[in-house]
Amino acid sequence: MPTTNYISKVVPDATAALEGLEDNMTVMFGGFGLCGIPENSIAAIREKGTTGITCISNNAGIDDFGLGLLLHTRQIKKMIASYVGENDEFERQMLSGELEVELIPQGTLAERCRAAGAGVPAFYTPAGYGTEVAEGKEVRVFHDKPHILEYAFEAPFAFVKAWKGDKSGNLIFKGTARNFNPMMAMAGKITVAEVEELVEVGELDPNSIHIPGIFVQRIFQGVDYEKRIEQRTVRGKSE
Amino acid sequence: MGLSKDQIAQRIAQELRDGWYVNLGIGIPTLVANHIPQGINVEFQSENGILGMGPFPFEGEEDADLINAGKQTITAMPGASFFSSELSFAMIRGQHVQLTVLGAMEVSDNGDIANWKIPGRMVKGMGGAMDLVASAENIIVAMQHTNRAGESKLLTNCSLPLTGVQCVKKIVTDLAVLEVDPDQGFVLLERAPGVTIDEIQSKTAGRLVAEGDIPEMQL
Repeated sequence: MPTTNYISKVVPDATAALEGLEDNMTVMFGGFGLCGIPENSIAAIREKGTTGITCISNNAGIDDFGLGLLLHTRQIKKMIASYVGENDEFERQMLSGELEVELIPQGTLAERCRAAGAGVPAFYTPAGYGTEVAEGKEVRVFHDKPHILEYAFEAPFAFVKAWKGDKSGNLIFKGTARNFNPMMAMAGKITVAEVEELVEVGELDPNSIHIPGIFVQRIFQGVDYEKRIEQRTVRGKSE
Repeated sequence: MGLSKDQIAQRIAQELRDGWYVNLGIGIPTLVANHIPQGINVEFQSENGILGMGPFPFEGEEDADLINAGKQTITAMPGASFFSSELSFAMIRGQHVQLTVLGAMEVSDNGDIANWKIPGRMVKGMGGAMDLVASAENIIVAMQHTNRAGESKLLTNCSLPLTGVQCVKKIVTDLAVLEVDPDQGFVLLERAPGVTIDEIQSKTAGRLVAEGDIPEMQL
């Protein structure tokens, strides 16, 4: 049996990982706040100048970091998110009508990603029933409770960030930096994973893999991670 | 004189039961974790992907990969676990979380809640609140009884865009503990120390039921 038989997903860097990314595409970005965001890919997209992006991401970054960087350069046409506080430029573009915004419940956002990757075209959820989120949506009652129909996303590209990955695309996340990354990896037609530590195939314990490499098309060793903290909260030594 | 934010959290903590998994929202609800009664073991879930959330880290020990849903740096308790957003909301919608505590801008006397949007002024988004209120069996709202303009936040109908319908079970404000009975309205259970029924009545715009002697809260 060959000992090195695996499918390599490795690309040299973030720039190479963007091949095929065109203007006006729908693109997913993993992360929650600034935690677990694909910093290298965002920087490379800014550099490439891709415009008209429809972003699917839980948040929109802050003014000078994360997706906020692509907002400043007007590369984002539409934002699909669950929470967009902490970003003045975002608010300005939204209120002036320059930016389209669709706000959806966080669990629905996650499930629409998962469904996309799992071959489930749509599903019913109770979240948002009776609110403006439900407007125009099909309602069905299950177990005496109304639910609304939500559809799986379609995303040609997904950018995710993991702690460790191997050359065949297996991923391991750290702490709460996992968040939306796994189901967005599943959902992307082309999923680009950037990792803090890229290792040889065989170095990761198969029992510890969070996302198998089948969901990842391109992987690269990330560089110069800032990993900014949005709200630094600490306690005194005496507590 | 009504309760401080910390006292509201303290009163809500009395509702915790041994063995519960609890999701705490941003603001006053976060403070509930500081007042867990003796002999009660609960685990806190934060919807960005942790069960067994611990206190803030000591200075110098902050980890950018370890935050709560308010994006604050936190720690993980022994026995904690991390998971994806999809699994987190499976816990929430699947009713594996026993109690949700969250803030509100308005609550109506049939249990509707509004807490995510003020049209034309503030649009931050609902985050996980719509999923939480649509599925949780036990929802406690922590809030001030009136807004900054002194107007009641306990209404007949919410005026702001809704987060969920007929879902709030209990409300703890700076003035009172109230149960929501969709048929009767806000049922007054307890008064804050020194606060009269008349004051609560005058600051409650929705239907208020205050029968018999209403005890003061024990803090």
